[in-house]
Amino acid sequence: MGIVSRGFRGRRREQDDRLPPGQYLVDDFPVLSAGPTPRVPLDRWEFAIDTEAEVTHRWSWPELMALAQTTPTVDLHCVTKWSKLDTSWQGVSLDTLFEDVETAAEYALVYSYGGYTTNLPLEDLLDGKAWIVHRYDGEELEPRHGGPARLLVPHLYLWKSAKWVRGIRLLDEDWPGFWETAGYHNYGDPWREQRYQGD
Amino acid sequence: MTTEHLDGNALAGPLAEIFSVDVTAATGRCASCGLSGPVASLRVYGPAPGFVARCPGCDEVVLRLVRGPDAAWLDLRGAVSLRVALPE
Repeated sequence: MGIVSRGFRGRRREQDDRLPPGQYLVDDFPVLSAGPTPRVPLDRWEFAIDTEAEVTHRWSWPELMALAQTTPTVDLHCVTKWSKLDTSWQGVSLDTLFEDVETAAEYALVYSYGGYTTNLPLEDLLDGKAWIVHRYDGEELEPRHGGPARLLVPHLYLWKSAKWVRGIRLLDEDWPGFWETAGYHNYGDPWREQRYQGD
Repeated sequence: MTTEHLDGNALAGPLAEIFSVDVTAATGRCASCGLSGPVASLRVYGPAPGFVARCPGCDEVVLRLVRGPDAAWLDLRGAVSLRVALPE
């Protein structure tokens, strides 16, 4: 064992502890796509939260940039089994965006430019668990990774972190999204390996 | 955008797991814009997390296919119909 330092083994063990069941580590950033990459000019970009009472809160790009910015560093877990540790982002916490939103809804349907949707309980978007991010690794977020802005909700499989995010519709009833209506798990917890319906 | 997708022939193997006919040779009609054409002419994204086949005319989703370890999910809501040629 002489050539393997304790430090190296320690790092491996720490990485293994952060790897959910069935996942493997990658160093690159794979791109998976269900359609053509939308190109959204910033002067036409907007983000909206639509409540169950049909009240809409909107933010333009300059308005999003003017909000308090945070820099989460998180681990990503894709349902296709790759995981990427310590990814660095910049964006706005959804707690900030929800500050003035009055709602009693339990469910959220996230929708994107290009037509993609994904659903999750509203509580999974709050309390420091989710962000609208627009910079990755110190650079503007590339369109292939969801730029100008994507949802980041890293405690769930990455298909929940909708690229090209356009808005969140708050609902009294759960409304399954794009992959959730095509066999994928409704919730998608990587630590419980909730990949497909029935898992 | 032109290099992101495959053509509909990429669906031949996965659909052959489900159907005994070659579905890529069938003529489908897009539920969104009405364009008709062979399934093989669809623009296919995938294979992971699943196959998403889009209309070459309007880019709407015509067919989705997800393969899990012990089941497949096939969504054809975006197709009005499929015409499958059969032997007389």
